[in-house]
Amino acid sequence: MRGRKVVFRRVVFYVVVAVLAVFALLPFFWMLSTSLKETKALTTIPIQWLPEKPSFQSYLDLFKIFPFARSIFNSLFISVVGTFISVLSASMAAFVFGKIDFRGREILFGFFLATMMIPGNLLMIPNYLILRELNLLDSYTGVLLPSFFNAFGTFLLRQNIKSLPDSYLEAAFMDGASRIKVFFKVILPLIKPALTTVTVLTFMGNWNAYLWPLIVLTSKEKKTLTVGLSLLNGQHASDYNMLMAGAIISIIPMIVVYAFSQKHIEVGFNVGGLK
Amino acid sequence: MVTLNKRRKALDIMFFLLPSLFGLIVFQMLPFGYSFFLSLTDWDVLSKMNFLGLDNYIEILKSSEFWKVLGNTFYFIILYIPLILIVSLGLASLLNVKVPGRKIFRVVFYIPVLTSWVAAALLWRWLLSPYYGPINEILQFFGLNGPSWLYDKHWAMPGIVFASLWKDMGYFGLIFLSALQSIDKTYYEAAKIDGASGIKNFFNITLPLISPTMFFVIIISIINSFQLFPQVMIMTQGGPYGSTQVMVERIYTYAFDYYKMGYATAFSWILFVFIFVATIIQLKLQKKWVHYEG
Repeated sequence: MRGRKVVFRRVVFYVVVAVLAVFALLPFFWMLSTSLKETKALTTIPIQWLPEKPSFQSYLDLFKIFPFARSIFNSLFISVVGTFISVLSASMAAFVFGKIDFRGREILFGFFLATMMIPGNLLMIPNYLILRELNLLDSYTGVLLPSFFNAFGTFLLRQNIKSLPDSYLEAAFMDGASRIKVFFKVILPLIKPALTTVTVLTFMGNWNAYLWPLIVLTSKEKKTLTVGLSLLNGQHASDYNMLMAGAIISIIPMIVVYAFSQKHIEVGFNVGGLK
Repeated sequence: MVTLNKRRKALDIMFFLLPSLFGLIVFQMLPFGYSFFLSLTDWDVLSKMNFLGLDNYIEILKSSEFWKVLGNTFYFIILYIPLILIVSLGLASLLNVKVPGRKIFRVVFYIPVLTSWVAAALLWRWLLSPYYGPINEILQFFGLNGPSWLYDKHWAMPGIVFASLWKDMGYFGLIFLSALQSIDKTYYEAAKIDGASGIKNFFNITLPLISPTMFFVIIISIINSFQLFPQVMIMTQGGPYGSTQVMVERIYTYAFDYYKMGYATAFSWILFVFIFVATIIQLKLQKKWVHYEG
């Protein structure tokens, strides 16, 4: 009796695993398979699970039809520079909030935290109009400027800096080091794990960003990869082999980043969620 | 010497805070106020701005479109939340069991989280293709006639829900996993002595202990559900017959297709109220949970 029950439980377990695994994997399989198909092979009945004549043509077409290489560069540029600005600015503020006392500090920090409750969707229209006033629409500068403020990063790094023993800093100050020197030579090396987490998460957020670059960047050669893909979706709505090839290219950097910093990403997402 | 030090300190503080303060003031506080001001006007970028008071808000709340959009959002929430709880909790339970290949599964389930919504939405539009997509092909295999999904006003929103489940389950799955792993093993050992079975244990031990995480996931899901955008924009553009129109999509359309900045910002303030209420509930409850867990 008991043995049968165990077998039954195991069967249920594996069925559930199989269903979930198919649900997770099938889309990726389909994306890869589609990207290797010729256009004709997209609309056969029954569908081709595997391409009959696999080819990389759709990947090549992608670069011909659209300034695709350029949009990859744009995404990289904006993500790297935006992440640098954001993490540097956040860690500088975090240093003050964690280690330099002054009157009104906690109120100001409260302000930083309170902004996390304001949805980006509320700010996008006025921010667009502010960039318009500054004549910065359709420019990298315009897309990047809001990166100077990163409430979540400031919060996370401040927790880390605050927990550093004061004795480290005092020793450095005794040696006559300036705060700037202490920040770069003592603080930043000590908070490297948290810094990595914030950097990776910010980079991923920037790379995958859609709405903000969509409204700010209007000329074709300035668009980021996500915006370029959505544009391609409008113009070549049924060329799924090309769309899937583009989607795969857009995911690769994220998988590479994830492969090198899995722990940091998962920890960061959990903290991010639980704030 | 003391005053010099003080001045030095004030200068240092300014230096370290300046980049963030610039961003805070120019791209958070200023637009926050500016958007509220705009919501009281009829500005369309081109012509002169007129002050309307609360007319935009009244117009929105009186429009049938707003209530339809809200209905669409709630339809999404009602479908999405029970399913994401089941799927991500199931996933977490699986990853919590020591089976071979567990690490690989963990990565596989996490890739959708890393994928941009644009790529995911493109993929799902194709997966749900009525004639050439694999989902209806599989349904056919089981003798079922799949719907037209994104082309059918009754099935477009469920289609978006499926895409969202796929995209989000790894994220919530890992959150549940860490909740499961924090449960004290002795509870189960005690239950085993009492002869309780696996399913009973799940309802008597696991579920009560992870209920804080569950509430958290529900609230976060609600907050996210109010802000659906890329999936709608790429999969349906709000169609068919407006059956997938949602708030951010409307705000985007009014602002950047029709340039009705006043109307659009008023819409975004109404959205803000919903999100704000959900956030407050979350923060209130979270205080209680921390106490629990501690």
